[in-house]
Amino acid sequence: MAPSFDHLPDPEEDEYDEEEELDFSDLHERFEVQLEQGLDAFVVVDGLPEVNEETKPKLVKFLMRKLNAVGKVKEDSVHMPIGDDGKSYRFAFVEYSSPAEAVAACKALDMVALDKKHTLRVNKLTDIDRYGREGRIDDNYTPPKIEDFTEKEHLRSWLADPSGRGRDQFVMYKDNGVGVYWNNEKDAPEAIVERQHWTESFVQWSPQGTFLTSMHQQGVQLWGGPSWTRQKRFAHPFVNLVDFSPGEKYLTTWSNRPISIPEDGHPALSVDDDGMNYVIWDIETGKPLRSFANLDLPSTSTDEAGQPVKRKIQWPAFKWSADDNYVARITHGTSISVYELPRMGLLDKKPIKIEGVMDFDWAPATPHREGIKTYEQLFCYWTPELGSNPAKVALMSIPSKEVVRTLNLFSVTDAKLHWQSDASFLCVKVDRHSKSKKSLATSLEIFRVREKGVPVEVVDSIKDTVINFAWEPKGDRFVIITTAEVVAATAVPPKTSVAFYCPEKVKGNFVGNFKHLRTYDKKNSNAIYWSPKGRFVIVATVHSQISSDMEFFDMDFEGEKPESDKDLTANLQLMNTAEHYGVTDIDWDPTGRFVATSASMWKHTMENGYHLYDFKGEQLREEPVEKFKQWIWRPRPPTLLTKEEQKQIRKNLREYSKVFEQEDQDRGASADAAVVENRRRLLDEWLAWRAGVEEDLKEEKEALGLPDDPLDALLGKTDESESQVIEEIVEEIVEETEEIIS
Amino acid sequence: MRPILLQGHERALTQIRYNRDGDIIFSTAKDQHACAWYAHNGERLGTYHGHQGALWTVDVDPTSTIIATGAADNTVRLWDIKSGKCLKVWEFNTAVKRVEFNEDGSKLLAVTEKRMGFLGTIVVFDIKLDLEAEQTDERAMTITCEDSKATVAGWSFLSKYIIAGHEDGTVSQYDAKTGEQLDNTQAHEPDALITDIQWSPDRTYFITASKDKTAKLINARDLEVMKTYVTDTPLNSASITPKKDFVILGGGQAAMDVTTTSARQGKFEARFYHKIFEEEIGRVRGHFGPLNTVAVDPQGKGYASGGEDGYVRVHQFDKGYFDFTYEVERQVRAQQQQQ
Repeated sequence: MAPSFDHLPDPEEDEYDEEEELDFSDLHERFEVQLEQGLDAFVVVDGLPEVNEETKPKLVKFLMRKLNAVGKVKEDSVHMPIGDDGKSYRFAFVEYSSPAEAVAACKALDMVALDKKHTLRVNKLTDIDRYGREGRIDDNYTPPKIEDFTEKEHLRSWLADPSGRGRDQFVMYKDNGVGVYWNNEKDAPEAIVERQHWTESFVQWSPQGTFLTSMHQQGVQLWGGPSWTRQKRFAHPFVNLVDFSPGEKYLTTWSNRPISIPEDGHPALSVDDDGMNYVIWDIETGKPLRSFANLDLPSTSTDEAGQPVKRKIQWPAFKWSADDNYVARITHGTSISVYELPRMGLLDKKPIKIEGVMDFDWAPATPHREGIKTYEQLFCYWTPELGSNPAKVALMSIPSKEVVRTLNLFSVTDAKLHWQSDASFLCVKVDRHSKSKKSLATSLEIFRVREKGVPVEVVDSIKDTVINFAWEPKGDRFVIITTAEVVAATAVPPKTSVAFYCPEKVKGNFVGNFKHLRTYDKKNSNAIYWSPKGRFVIVATVHSQISSDMEFFDMDFEGEKPESDKDLTANLQLMNTAEHYGVTDIDWDPTGRFVATSASMWKHTMENGYHLYDFKGEQLREEPVEKFKQWIWRPRPPTLLTKEEQKQIRKNLREYSKVFEQEDQDRGASADAAVVENRRRLLDEWLAWRAGVEEDLKEEKEALGLPDDPLDALLGKTDESESQVIEEIVEEIVEETEEIIS
Repeated sequence: MRPILLQGHERALTQIRYNRDGDIIFSTAKDQHACAWYAHNGERLGTYHGHQGALWTVDVDPTSTIIATGAADNTVRLWDIKSGKCLKVWEFNTAVKRVEFNEDGSKLLAVTEKRMGFLGTIVVFDIKLDLEAEQTDERAMTITCEDSKATVAGWSFLSKYIIAGHEDGTVSQYDAKTGEQLDNTQAHEPDALITDIQWSPDRTYFITASKDKTAKLINARDLEVMKTYVTDTPLNSASITPKKDFVILGGGQAAMDVTTTSARQGKFEARFYHKIFEEEIGRVRGHFGPLNTVAVDPQGKGYASGGEDGYVRVHQFDKGYFDFTYEVERQVRAQQQQQ
């Protein structure tokens, strides 16, 4: 049958429809090209007053003044829609010349008051589309879920030593394991917690000992409380270093890799943090406050190829004021940026311009200055000679930005700033070159911060270069190490001298002039470790292959005082010397009772392990530890006792110590008894076991019909009676004299 | 303790043995000959020449008639002690790392190395303690170590068990008659080579030394680890002292690592531990290479150590050694005397 017209297939129906039925919507959605919509430069300004056609230009003009503060806006690019009733909708679309300006406008103009009644709300148009589109916001209010309150662990419970002995804790990192231990002096430390792979690079205590910090590729974690649970997590990817504010409120993390925020976001950081190296976090909330990029340091030297050598980063780059209220960073040669916490805004919205500034440092405590009632923070900085201007060291008070004191210096090669722990003194170690720039000499400029007008005392009797300087914590004495040779990276450590300085005795409650007390020559020492409570100091040679000796000094020796020192406020005595081969680190416990010295495999692999000394330099313990890495004492928070209460304790020290001494004795005795008891048990067990074994052996021999001694049969040939006695006669000539008989 | 220095070997010592009377010391080194010495003055009695490779091991029969040596030339040889004449040569496929006579000298075991496709074995021969007799060629028994090669082995009390220490840190117990493995225990850290086994005088318990820096005192009957002596260096040898309840441990940084470290770090000291209390009592210095072997006079009068440095140091214990006792030991002794 030929196809009739009726039966002709309808091409539309059959062929085209088929194609049309295919649903490409999913592919469309997937491969749809996101066109640059050009809306990024638009912002929406809300919160405008209501206007009509007549008053509109006036408002636009007024608004333009605000809008142009951050970018370029033409009059015709402000679009303010008017409703049917002739009144405006109280908002406007504004087009900036670039998306960057739009972003800046959102940041700068949002929440800015237009007049008394109206506050501008500025948002990007794309954001309104993204967040405000229909369906994105639930019309019904659902209250946020508030999680039930759970009691947190007491973060300072560790201060109450369960044994009642006020022992200190320390963390030890060896091989892959990290452990926290009680110091048991001569006995093996008592483990509190030990975990494998607790950290990936190192561990660190927070400055008051509340948290133990562990480092991971994903970020930093803080641990604490009696069960050592994770307290906080700061997800800074590839973090390298971490620094706490002194009051443990904030945390700085740094990575040499700029942060890159993945497409699908980051749990803690936002797009704004992309490309940054530093993040400052609020420890309490765990939220980032602000992030910063690395500053390129101007290079001072060039390598062989003439390329500038990249300077190592300064750490910490962000330095904290003593009260946690400010953090500051130096921009080499130009300015210091001081940020106010917790908002992390720049103080007075601009960096403090200081031409040529080389280094700065905050006072480690809130300084008390005579006649100054406001307790402002203080930092010092120095600038080198610029043209005909001399080099300068200055103290600046924050937030007032008042320069409290400046000191002009000449022929300065380098300067180092050393604050005393109470911020009573600031010592500036100035390396000066001679006119020919060939030889160096050091002078110490000591600022007496507490005294009126901040007088400066100069100690310039030093002929050599000072390679190390350390103030006595909470005191007014210091130790320096000097060398006549140029410090170069040679295998042979330079010969050094160790010099002690102290103030003269003066009447009244003043600190006298600083005088030289004693110098020890021909040393190799390169490091100074003061007890955190002052008075005792260790001068040591660390990181050396050849010598590794430590000398324990007492600055207030109670014995006889040499006549020559009678006007000085110190009586120096070398208490003890010790040697710890290959020592790399020396750490005083926070109470100043013990010192741990250690040889870390990070520096070398020889005889890794630790020694423990008391403050007198008496060795208590020595333990080689395979793959030993770190030993850090747990810091203690400042005491809660008032000055009077502390004085009271000191006064009655004898009474207290009697109790403790008795306890120590009892414990020692009971420990000895336990050891003896244990030995007796072991011996009894052994003897009992032996008796059993001998019995069994005898039975078995009898059963097998073997003689008691299998060798009797073998040696039977030689009868017992035939045992030989070998006599050896030794003639010894005691004396020989020759007499001639005539 | 003033040691006698025996300078007869040119290369590293491998094993030292006292005879039963404690008057002769036998030593082997990698320099292809064994030496015999008078224990009391260090005079050399003689040498035994014949091996073509480094000697790994020596043992003397209880009657001080013959010695057996094992070497890297894949042979075990028997020698007449007095004449130095080689009495017998047994050939193997691989080097022999350990030989030991049983309690009555009627059997000898030899531990062979696993190499060149051959598995490690423990071979037993019947021995005739007679210089004139023809020794048999036939092996009385062969134990093949399929899991982990044996490094050391020895005979227990009444020649009831053969105890072997393995490369993987395990200790196994075989029936000395059938060769059947009765027990196997992970006495040391996994993969820490067991370097030495030495017996108590009655062979009811033994001490093992291992590269895991510990020595362990183990019951021969049930392989229970009774005591552990922890040191800070890999151990090569351990010995139990008769008369006094001590053990002597020897070791030091592995020979190949020595050159890369300073001498002060080598820890080339013989260490004395109290056998029952597991406490270190003292150390004897002197060697300038790791200690490869320590041996104690069966009469308890002295000990000798042989080092990678090629020297044997023979020590006669002095009065202080015999007088040293713990308070509890004195008390217990006093009690026993009263009874």
